[in-house]
Amino acid sequence: MTTKNSPKKAGAPTRRRSKKPAQFEASNEELLEFYEQMLLIRRFEEKAGQMYGMGLIGGFCHLYIGQEAVVVGIQSALKDGDSVITGYREHGHMIAAGADPKAVMAELTGREGGCSKGKGGSMHMFDPDRGFFGGHGIVGAQVSLGTGLGFAAKYRKTDNVSVAYFGDGAANQGQVYESFNMARIWNLPVIYIIENNQYAMGTSVTRSSSEIELYRRGESFRIPGKQVDGMNVLEVRAAMEEAVQHCRSGEGPFILEMKTYRYRGHSMSDPAKYRSKEEVQKMRAEHDAIDQVKQRILDAGFKDEAELKEIDKKVKAVVAEAATFAQESPEPALSELYTDVLV
Amino acid sequence: MAIEITMPALSPTMEKGTLAKWLVKEGDTVESGDVIAEIETDKATMEVESVDDGTVAKILIAEGTDDVPVGELIAILAEEGEDASSVDTAPKADVPVTEPVAEVAETPVAQEAPVPAQAKASSLKDPEIPEGTAMKTVTVREALRDAMAEEMRKDGDIFVMGEEVAEYQGAYKVTQGLLDEFGPERVIDTPITEHGFAGLGAGAAFAGLKPVIEFMTFNFAMQAIDHIINSAAKTHYMSGGLVTCPIVFRGPNGAASRVGAQHSQNYAAWYANVPGLKVVAPYDAADAKGLLKAAIQDPNPVVFLENELMYGESFEVPDLDDFVLPIGKARVYREGADVTIISYSITVGEALKAADKLAEEGINAEVIDLRTIRPLDLDTLIESVKKTNRCVVAEEGWPQCSVASDVSAQLMEQAFDWLDAPVTRVNSVDVPLPYANNLEKAAVVSADDIVKAAKAVCYAE
Repeated sequence: MTTKNSPKKAGAPTRRRSKKPAQFEASNEELLEFYEQMLLIRRFEEKAGQMYGMGLIGGFCHLYIGQEAVVVGIQSALKDGDSVITGYREHGHMIAAGADPKAVMAELTGREGGCSKGKGGSMHMFDPDRGFFGGHGIVGAQVSLGTGLGFAAKYRKTDNVSVAYFGDGAANQGQVYESFNMARIWNLPVIYIIENNQYAMGTSVTRSSSEIELYRRGESFRIPGKQVDGMNVLEVRAAMEEAVQHCRSGEGPFILEMKTYRYRGHSMSDPAKYRSKEEVQKMRAEHDAIDQVKQRILDAGFKDEAELKEIDKKVKAVVAEAATFAQESPEPALSELYTDVLV
Repeated sequence: MAIEITMPALSPTMEKGTLAKWLVKEGDTVESGDVIAEIETDKATMEVESVDDGTVAKILIAEGTDDVPVGELIAILAEEGEDASSVDTAPKADVPVTEPVAEVAETPVAQEAPVPAQAKASSLKDPEIPEGTAMKTVTVREALRDAMAEEMRKDGDIFVMGEEVAEYQGAYKVTQGLLDEFGPERVIDTPITEHGFAGLGAGAAFAGLKPVIEFMTFNFAMQAIDHIINSAAKTHYMSGGLVTCPIVFRGPNGAASRVGAQHSQNYAAWYANVPGLKVVAPYDAADAKGLLKAAIQDPNPVVFLENELMYGESFEVPDLDDFVLPIGKARVYREGADVTIISYSITVGEALKAADKLAEEGINAEVIDLRTIRPLDLDTLIESVKKTNRCVVAEEGWPQCSVASDVSAQLMEQAFDWLDAPVTRVNSVDVPLPYANNLEKAAVVSADDIVKAAKAVCYAE
């Protein structure tokens, strides 16, 4: 319902940026690291999609293809002891946190070698030793939980931060605002990352949100927010450094809205009829996160096409190894059914 | 090596589909992610993307073919540098795609069905109270407060959080004095935000803290029940044991006095339905103290159901430094031989009154307080029924799918041969709790209701 006095107009170019964002000045090594990490997530997800098609992966499977720059840029600014939590689209977050791709893929196939012993599945992966706390399937729940992780960091008088990722869809859940309020009252070190890929399943932000500039959603809680080009890993990293600095110095929570895009459907069974092929193609052709970094590397001239191809091959081999492991790892023993209910 | 493209499954339930259209032809070069075909299922038309870079060497299923089974080879790609015309198009025997996937590794019947690991109730014992231990008369309210304070003194990871728990000293004064002793970093007033602070607590517990989350009443915890169940109870299992959630959710549960339907519900059966939770509902002050201490020490999420009408009641509590009771152990509150009355929380008081009345009529009732609803101490119940052969389960709460229903079903399954009469349930009347004094009294379980049921199973009426 759009009226004359509506606060927004669907499709109108109302995007405002808080400030011209900085670009992280990456070293050659860092650029290569970003490239390799993003490529690993992309190839991993492509393989997961393929294996889903082969019937090797069951249930729901939400791919991260297109959004790789967000998680890679964010993770690169964290340190030991920081914690991360997200929703159900989390394969990329696990890999970025440093989890073994073999264990991630074997969780997708529901095998003994999976990171949750095959009992969690696509939406429920955890690696607490690396600070990754899931993997939650109830939209918005991770925002309160992540606020609790930040609470624990502060309670223990550390300078660690908690990163709570959620999507543009979750941004309309009530508990997000309950969490914002508490985080600000108690100045908890929580960085809220809104991965705005512009569609909550099939509902666009303009149809679901009265304020579509999601970085402003913290204003009535006095939480600073910033909008970031989530397809540009250098901009993501630069914005994250500002947020991390803010949190570590005890000034409380920070919101980063990442404007990003998923190339695939919401899940495997989504035909994505709510957007045009041209829209998807345009994002892929003009804004692809991996292409951008690749171009930067080639322009800088410290690696050529052939050398990048070598990296591609290396990444492919890692993914192929993960896929083989995930198919060869046995199904969990039936006795596993009864373990881990209680400590 | 050639890359095989098979008919993809596009949803968990898809078994076959129509290969509607090829968007590439033999000899075309494709890149990973290019759309190469369209597939129709009963739900939608979906695009098939190439899984790799290469050249289309062979298309094996013509467009327009119906009922192509998932996993069937539909095309072959030649990899870069490979001659597309020389690609072997015969499906390889060892390719997993045409095989039925995820075969069951073992026959389930071959295995003994184990039960989830938990301590057998028969191995649990209340601690010995040493000879000469002084008994102190305290209220349930004080016992709960003492339990929290004692645990907080020992362990800095424990904090108390909820509405009005700090400066107001607790809406029902259960947290009285905690702020003074432990300070605002460990005794934390929240905004009116049940969903949010329950989730915050669960997240803090993931990180290793031991939160005690107070709900002003469990009626308000319905706002937060998603975190209690989906976040606190299930995460340990979903993570294959990697993440634990040592948290206590506590507060008054059940009807108080004339506060109307929305503030007067018993949630014991709701939480007791959930694997991954422990559910405790004590009656007297000693159990309240010993079990709350156990709940705080427990590495699992515990739902601790109190009762507002019991807060001011006084009982004897052993004056010990560290009085902890086992979760999962029922208590024979009064011994008897003629009929077993099983109950928990406030209704234990009615059961005891009923036992007095029955004694006057020559019926000697045994009263059992469940104390823990999950895990249920069935051993103690069966042992009693073997002795009395008759059983009444009394519970202030609605009858359908209640704790009483479950206890009675389990006794019928497991102690049928010892029963001389069907196990009978005594529950609140199956209506939202009314406000009017007389109606409210008529709705909740009274000693007289229990007496009537006990006499019925004794065929004494």
